[in-house]
Amino acid sequence: MPRRADLRDLDGREAVITASRVQKSYRGFTAVRDATFAVARGEIFGLLGPNGAGKTTTVECLQGLRKADGGEISVLGLDPVRQSHELRRRIGCQLQEAALPDHIRVWEALELFASLTPGGRDWRNVMGEWGLADKSRAAFSALSGGQRQRLFVALAVVNDPEVVFLDEMTTGLDPAARRVAWELIREIREHGTTVVLVTHFMEEAERLCDRIAVMDRGSVVALDSPAGLVAEHAAGLRVVFRTDVGDLAFLNGVRDVESVHREGPRVVVDGHDAVLAYVAAALVAHGIAPLDLHVEAPTLEDVFLSLTGRAMSE
Amino acid sequence: MSAQRQQPPAQGPPSGKSDAARRGATTGEAPRAPVATVSAAPWRWAVAFAKVLLRMTWIETKLLIREPVTLVFSFAFPVLVLVLLGGIFGGQRMNGGDYAGMKMMDWYVPSYIGLVIASIGTVSLPVHLSTYRERGVLRRYRASGVSEWALLGSQFLVGVGTCLIGALAISVLGIFAYGVVVPVSIGGVAVGFVAGVFAFSALGVLVASLAPTARAAQGVGLLIWFIMLFVSGTSAPLVQLPAWMVALGKSLPLYHVVISLVDPWNGYGINLLQATIVGGIGLATTLLAAALFRWD
Repeated sequence: MPRRADLRDLDGREAVITASRVQKSYRGFTAVRDATFAVARGEIFGLLGPNGAGKTTTVECLQGLRKADGGEISVLGLDPVRQSHELRRRIGCQLQEAALPDHIRVWEALELFASLTPGGRDWRNVMGEWGLADKSRAAFSALSGGQRQRLFVALAVVNDPEVVFLDEMTTGLDPAARRVAWELIREIREHGTTVVLVTHFMEEAERLCDRIAVMDRGSVVALDSPAGLVAEHAAGLRVVFRTDVGDLAFLNGVRDVESVHREGPRVVVDGHDAVLAYVAAALVAHGIAPLDLHVEAPTLEDVFLSLTGRAMSE
Repeated sequence: MSAQRQQPPAQGPPSGKSDAARRGATTGEAPRAPVATVSAAPWRWAVAFAKVLLRMTWIETKLLIREPVTLVFSFAFPVLVLVLLGGIFGGQRMNGGDYAGMKMMDWYVPSYIGLVIASIGTVSLPVHLSTYRERGVLRRYRASGVSEWALLGSQFLVGVGTCLIGALAISVLGIFAYGVVVPVSIGGVAVGFVAGVFAFSALGVLVASLAPTARAAQGVGLLIWFIMLFVSGTSAPLVQLPAWMVALGKSLPLYHVVISLVDPWNGYGINLLQATIVGGIGLATTLLAAALFRWD
């Protein structure tokens, strides 16, 4: 259910961003219906949802790149639209759809963007941290997708922002580069910078974020830590094993079991709490030695399914 | 640019901007609460703006040099046209009109400087800016706090430079190859030149703001340029044009730019009225263009 930006979520931590009932429509299409959340200083806050959920529009309103039609937004105590000049000096943005001139060189872009905010970091250090030192003299058009992404993130942090917005920053990166990027995001946070991470990658949100706002169809439908989301919205456990024994109907009567499915020799038992122990005991009691018995913990994918009735990849 | 930042004295007052204080986070101090805006002195703001403007201009200049096609076009095109025109009007003189008796090439050389300014303002600039917008370059700049005035100012300054190259090419060729008179009032020509670049840069930004795509900007810009080419004394002499074409020419900026250049060039003195009209068009168009400017 929609609710006010709830500062109680922050356990007394300072809020650097509050968004209350933010709305934004384009020519009759409602991109954001009700985005309500608060971001604490120093956390990695995720906006997670499928494409078209309104994540990008929401952060564009926070960045002052778009004016919300309704609701209230405060970023670092500033109104993003009326005080955009002051805000831009104190935030960093990596945008989803952005480019640089084809012939601009990596060092030139970094020097230019660093010069926009006097007192920012030394752009040479930022260039090194993001692995761009050996591409310093390369033109933007000659960079690979991954190099461009790294350059954009470097540009977002070169002014030493208090809050950095990263919109689908690992899109287009290969798995190895993605892991490197995650490590760098953690480092940004270690410096005391708050990170707002927009993503549709479950794994990315789960591994990186301290808290996640799940967005669907323009609204925040849940907000909690990854573990908290799973505990509240996908509390079930899934026990999986293999066996040749045909009749497993007795499992339906076992304690903590909710349902039993099988696909050939693979058996999937959905349940909760101590389902693993009871299922294992029941199998052994029936003389069945299950192979490859294990528990699959629910993921954010299950959370999204439970919240919306749809798989996120749909 | 200073690489190192000063750490604030412990418990000290914020020194100027909040940045130094923010770095407290890396020195183990608790991150500070956001501080109120410290409004710097206006001159400090102006210096900061000038720095960004010059840096943007320098980068745009380098980008232009790395894209030789644009540069060659702005250099070779006017020269080519002048050669063709010289072949047609070579030694003829104006017969009739305000400038009766003037050697035609003395008219055409300065007026073609106006044409160069017009082509850069109505075609090159809108295509350049709307391509930046289409590709997301403007979004990227805006998100990092590039002001529209720094962006547009850099376009103007680069325009001045590009037009200057074209103007010099035409002047040198005209003077040495066609015996065109050396400008009588170089200062007066400079006034007309700067006012002209100003007006046409603003017009270019306006076209870029109104056109939905780069392709559309190119079409609209070329159309405006072509119309002005024929009614501003930059193709057929004005005295040969029917009255309605002259009236149309006078309602468009190129005519006024041409007169602002031709008069001081040929010893008629600075045409303050025309230069003021050009400056006024520039100012009005700038305000309109700034109001309509779109980053994405």
